[in-house]
Amino acid sequence: MNSSFPLFPESASTHAGSVDALFIIWALVSIFFTVLIAGLIVYFMARYRRSHPEEVGTDETAAVWLEIAWSAIPLVIALGMFVWGTRVFFDLYRPPANAVEYTAIGRQWMWKIQHPEGQREINTLHVPVGQSIKMKLASEDVIHSFYVPAFRIKQDAIPGRYTSIWFQATKPGVYHLFCAEYCGAEHSKMIGSVIVMEPRDYEAWLAGGAAGKSMVASGGDLFQSLACVTCHRAGDTGRLARGPALEGVYGHTVKLADGRTLTADDDYLRESILNPSAKVVAGWEPVMPTFQGQVTEEQLSQLIAYVRSLGSASPAGAATASSSPPVAATPPAAGSGAPQ
Amino acid sequence: MNTTAAPPVTATAETGFKRPHYLNAAYGVRSWLLTRDHKRIAILYLISVTAFFALGSLFALLIRLELLTPEGDLFQPDTYNRLFTMHGVVMVFFFLIPAIPAVLGNFLVPLMIGAKDLAFPKLNLASWYVYNLGGIFTLWAIVHGGVDTGWTFYTPFSTHYSNTYVISTALGIFITGFSSIFTGLNFIVTIHRMRAPGLTWFRLPLFIWSTYATSLIIVLGTPVIAITILLVAAERVLHLGIFDPALGGDPVLFQHLFWFYSHPAVYIMILPAMGVESELIAAFARKKVVGYKVVAFASVAIAVLGFLVWGHHMFVAGESIYAATVFSVLSMLVAIPSAVKVFNWTATLYQGSISYQTPMLYALGFIGLFTLGGLTGVMVATLGFDVHVHDTYFIVAHFHYIMVGGTIMGYLGGLHYWWPKISGKLYPAFLSKLAALLVFVGFNLTFFPQFILGYLGMPRRYWSYPPEFQVLNVLSTAGASILGVGYILPLCYFVWSMRYGKDSGDNPWGAVGLEWDTTSPPPTENFYTTPVVTHGPYEYNREEVHNRMSQEGTIG
Amino acid sequence: MASEPLAPHGHATHHPDLAHQFDSLDQQKESSTLGTWLFLVTEIMFFGVLFLSYSIYRTQYPEAFLLASNSLNVLLGGINTAVLIGSSLTMVLAIWAAQVNWRKGIVIFLLATMGLGTTFLVIKGFEYRDKFVEHHVPGLDFHFEVEHPSPHLRALAAKDPQLEKHASIYFSLYFIMTGLHALHMIIGIGILAVLTVLSWKGKYNSEYHNPLEMTGLYWHFVDIVWIFLFPLLYLLGAHAR
Repeated sequence: MNSSFPLFPESASTHAGSVDALFIIWALVSIFFTVLIAGLIVYFMARYRRSHPEEVGTDETAAVWLEIAWSAIPLVIALGMFVWGTRVFFDLYRPPANAVEYTAIGRQWMWKIQHPEGQREINTLHVPVGQSIKMKLASEDVIHSFYVPAFRIKQDAIPGRYTSIWFQATKPGVYHLFCAEYCGAEHSKMIGSVIVMEPRDYEAWLAGGAAGKSMVASGGDLFQSLACVTCHRAGDTGRLARGPALEGVYGHTVKLADGRTLTADDDYLRESILNPSAKVVAGWEPVMPTFQGQVTEEQLSQLIAYVRSLGSASPAGAATASSSPPVAATPPAAGSGAPQ
Repeated sequence: MNTTAAPPVTATAETGFKRPHYLNAAYGVRSWLLTRDHKRIAILYLISVTAFFALGSLFALLIRLELLTPEGDLFQPDTYNRLFTMHGVVMVFFFLIPAIPAVLGNFLVPLMIGAKDLAFPKLNLASWYVYNLGGIFTLWAIVHGGVDTGWTFYTPFSTHYSNTYVISTALGIFITGFSSIFTGLNFIVTIHRMRAPGLTWFRLPLFIWSTYATSLIIVLGTPVIAITILLVAAERVLHLGIFDPALGGDPVLFQHLFWFYSHPAVYIMILPAMGVESELIAAFARKKVVGYKVVAFASVAIAVLGFLVWGHHMFVAGESIYAATVFSVLSMLVAIPSAVKVFNWTATLYQGSISYQTPMLYALGFIGLFTLGGLTGVMVATLGFDVHVHDTYFIVAHFHYIMVGGTIMGYLGGLHYWWPKISGKLYPAFLSKLAALLVFVGFNLTFFPQFILGYLGMPRRYWSYPPEFQVLNVLSTAGASILGVGYILPLCYFVWSMRYGKDSGDNPWGAVGLEWDTTSPPPTENFYTTPVVTHGPYEYNREEVHNRMSQEGTIG
Repeated sequence: MASEPLAPHGHATHHPDLAHQFDSLDQQKESSTLGTWLFLVTEIMFFGVLFLSYSIYRTQYPEAFLLASNSLNVLLGGINTAVLIGSSLTMVLAIWAAQVNWRKGIVIFLLATMGLGTTFLVIKGFEYRDKFVEHHVPGLDFHFEVEHPSPHLRALAAKDPQLEKHASIYFSLYFIMTGLHALHMIIGIGILAVLTVLSWKGKYNSEYHNPLEMTGLYWHFVDIVWIFLFPLLYLLGAHAR
């Protein structure tokens, strides 16, 4: 961002190197073929220039081995790049076990960001160097896209479901945060900064900020105020309990009333809050009311963070995705199973 | 292709006697508006399509002017959003998709296969009216303030948030879709049923193969966009919810349906240009296209594979990573037939007799630009890379290399090649070569910087942008103005040539092909006798061809 | 050849029904048949999108779709299915009448086809009216709840707390699909009306009756679309009580 006429973007995440390598090799391949074709054209133009108006070309045609060669070579190159590119892609969408989860909620036209510690920011994201961070994304209205060029990451935020992507910043500095999916009048103003800090500075910033409660703590408060606790009581497996206790649920397999089993991940918890009867855990009556319209996207994220903190071995406040299987980190298949 | 030569031009010229052809067969507005002659309908389309191209270019110019400076200072953001939306809608649906099929295809398909007309002439005329009717709906929307959803109409923005003229624009696209379907259906039937005696599938010119492949895509794909766009309109007007997340609908389903047509639509735009390219290379190298069958089947392969890659537009839209993997590898595969074509065209030049006439300049420019456009296409099909450049100027640059560098270069090259056939006139050689050069230089200057902008991270559809992107944007705008001049010139000299141009003779390029066996301009029913075909296309090494060239002379 | 540039027309002995661009009646017939089939392919793609959307949402919201479909009138739908199949039969008979040069027969059977088509539309109109009265039209004061709930249906309804919203997706699809189908019927009846007049004038006979056959293909296609719509919209899950 310092240069007024940059030709290459800044690299500030662990992804940047692998994406750049992919780009550079592709660029070299492209230049090679473009120069090859252009060179041949220019050479043939000069060499076989029509000498008199009635001249015609030969009946020469390419040998079969040539046809095979120029089909096979591009195929091999393309497939090789496909394998490499797919590995980089899988890496972008599979956060490491120790990734910390931040939430970004898009709305026309701002990013509302919440740290696991509870800090909230609008259009600015402070992160420490060296920490793997999983961005969980949602939208309150239209489709947005969370894009940090210096990190080489991008992911759409879609109303009605969660998506996510992760990164680990490597270099302190201030980087662009863009909305990359056209979202209306002020689309180009839905931009902000990602401020990467040394861990020490980040701690200081956290301490100095309007402290706010952590995601988990806010979620815990909601758990009380929405009276979730009256049914989902810790350690209560007695006859009076109306809902399952939620300790240790997150990331584990649950058995449903209709015999199916699934993993209790973010999307399942979200669905269970908004649409409780859809997938009831075996042994329980579908008595829970829906909370659709009563909780905002941000509060949903807090509740889920709280439930997760109950289920993970790590201390509350450092919610991790450790127990979530890879599939939880992947966006759900489009057109199927997206709970509202 | 052998003994169907038309009456000699010279005899008529000497006596001052005007040979009848489709242009002078009848006069008056009625004779044009009610014509069923495919050649006249092609001219009608040429006029409409040119008008829409001018409109789309005007929008492009205004977009580039706004982007000269980082601040949004020329227009309000609302205005800018409408400009790029209308640019996309007009260019894609009203220019790029109909341009080559409806103008050159309409004119040439019957001529190239030795037929008197298309199978359904009334349907053909109807398609032109339907096209214009769709155009009127869209123009109505433009005049009343436009539409701001982007040409992709992503839900839920288009269904619930935009307060512009979405419905009228959507209806315009819906209606215009039928004109595509009419044209595509007409071509398929014509190519199947109306070929001249002896004209087997492997004696067909490659333009016919690519037009056939294009028509398949049109027929299979267009109904999908038609109903999809109808569902968007229904959701807006009648509040029938299909894509509405608030009702439990899936906004990404819209993207799937939209791209199921709109990705193959890219091949609707480029395949005909590839067909034109094969004709140009063969005619101006006076040589058989190398690997004829490979090139022919490559068109069909592109048409088929093109239907299986739509998901590569949704790599970051919450698609499952496994689906993304499948779409990525299929997208790689669809690039191979295109690469093979490029190699075959280049190899055709080897030991050819290469002329530097204007159409050939466009043809050679096409190869270069299409190569770069295609290669960057495979780049963005690479998953890990696409995440960074998706929805940035890298994508904008990539598809402009295909659509402007490919389709428009092919279209202009084809117009210059067949202009003597269409009008019987020659255009100024120097001026047309200058225009071709301006288009090539202007194009690269406009769009190459956008690759860099995209990799730097500038998102598309931004009305204002961070200041460090300015230099490249200024370059791009400068290039666009050169490109604009390059487009205005042909318009001027084509119109000029109709009145003042030199008579071209029947076959100024000394080209072979059924369309050159009849007179220029051709008579209403194309051929004086039904031609009988005894050999494949592009056979220049024949005594007959040589004799004819020396008899009639060429400007090659 | 080259000596007669002024006479591009070399075909004086044309059948009156042979269009100028064709060489023979056979070629003309083959072309219009292929053209009609291609047109039907576009129609399949057109309705295909709706069938796809239906399948996706039915999988996603099975309870809402089942309960909403229960509110349709299976009897009327069934009668309509029979009516349409009958109209396909009369359509075929009209073509047969042309093949045996029975002019009156063509007219009779075309009128019968139109009559059955109109019957279908009238019955459909009654069904639409019911839906309107029941507030089952999305966007028009839409309201949905399970009528005459049995314990089983109530349990199903309880599984989907957003039943009303998801049911509105079902009814959206219902109206779009049946509406577009009805539109195709209306167009078909319009074409049949023209053909009836032409048949009365003796335009069609055993040698030439292309338009009848092509319209027949179209009519059967519209019929087949209904054959798919009826089970999908009315029957699947109709046993649930």
